Amino acid sequence: MDLQRYQRQILLHEIGASGQLKLQASRVLIIGAGGLGCSAIQYLAAAGIGTLGIVDFDVVEKSNLHRQVLYTTNDIGKFKAKVVFERIQALNADVKTLVYNQKLDNSNALEIIGEFDIVLDGSDNFATRYMVNDACVLLNKPLIYGAVLRFEGHVGVFNINLSGSQSTNYRDLFPVPPNPETSPSCNEIGVLGVLPGTIGILQATETLKIITGIGTVLANSVMTYNALSLKFNTFQLSVTEKSKAGIPQTEAEFKAFNYDWFCNSTTSIPQISHLEFDKLLQTNNLTIIDVREQNEEPAITEFLHLNLPLSLLNTKLHGIPLNRPIITVCNSGNRSLSASQILQNNFPSAKIYSLQNGIIAYKNYLNSISNV
Amino acid sequence: MEIQILVFGQAQEITRKSTWSEVNTKDTEALIFKLSQDFPQLSVINYALAVNKIIIHQNTELSDGDVVAILPPFSGG
Repeated sequence: MDLQRYQRQILLHEIGASGQLKLQASRVLIIGAGGLGCSAIQYLAAAGIGTLGIVDFDVVEKSNLHRQVLYTTNDIGKFKAKVVFERIQALNADVKTLVYNQKLDNSNALEIIGEFDIVLDGSDNFATRYMVNDACVLLNKPLIYGAVLRFEGHVGVFNINLSGSQSTNYRDLFPVPPNPETSPSCNEIGVLGVLPGTIGILQATETLKIITGIGTVLANSVMTYNALSLKFNTFQLSVTEKSKAGIPQTEAEFKAFNYDWFCNSTTSIPQISHLEFDKLLQTNNLTIIDVREQNEEPAITEFLHLNLPLSLLNTKLHGIPLNRPIITVCNSGNRSLSASQILQNNFPSAKIYSLQNGIIAYKNYLNSISNV
Repeated sequence: MEIQILVFGQAQEITRKSTWSEVNTKDTEALIFKLSQDFPQLSVINYALAVNKIIIHQNTELSDGDVVAILPPFSGG
């Protein structure tokens, strides 16, 4: 053991040399090398975790850099998992780093998670979160949950057996996934760059406490953090029958469970493709509503449209003509689904669609057909 | 009888305030109904409900001074 490297940590009598040996013997898997993963993995590597696994199939984008602080401008376009590997090696070569440069899905999750003692969830979508939760329940692995949006974060420790208490999991907090059209992501409504840093560090802290057996772990609880009000709140979870019933009971059930469908099955709004949209445009008999906020780029010059920002939609319903089909558009096709849902709720008999994948993809589509 | 409401995450975008008081809501079902009248968009989103910092999944009686929290899920990483 490199005593000099870990000296300040070994000096803590709660940890000591024996705690350091526990860290060295431990295997921690980090799911997602985004804001949470970048934050947590640096401290876990520095602390001397013996084996760190990182699963991510994404490449570094410029818009990641304000919060995913392991990456530099020169890393844009590189695979995140590979860059993380290099950084961790440079930080602490004692750590054995296992890179899974692939998408975690239910065909590989049990094998990968099975190799580790503790799982830290830094993923960015509900399908992965439910799948990782269920895999951890099946394999009986502690799950350190973290999630962020705008100025707010969650941390929780699931599936951990502490003296006497039954262990809870993510489904005891949220038994079913939200409607995708009403649940925006950071891509759409933003996140303060430092926030995943804070939450990732709390996840890393809980991981270190579990491994070394010190302190009070945030078990069977979820803690919320609001960066604007600087308020923390902790909520207690209990085991629910609904959660137990929802989780696949066997490996075969898990592999047959369609998590993408589970997390996307609730939309009733028809989405129209670019091709169908082009055809409808030619009928000259439709109302197109841009639901993005004022002055969002790119500007729409290809067709006439109204601009009714999603945030104001409820106050502007009276001005919308209902005698012809309505198509909502936004940048990626998510906010337009929310807007269409609101319109449909208010005008059940109107014909309402959402432009699939949004205006950016539509512009790319127009470019691609004009180049043929 | 007065209870305090705490609103988190995306639900705050709908209610436009993070905390207020409600009167005459005998249980969480009555409260959810009242909220859906005052904020129709709240009935479209999913959220977890906590009474006095305990997450609940069934109708729960409310008494004076209780604090009810509305916690929508989010998945950013």
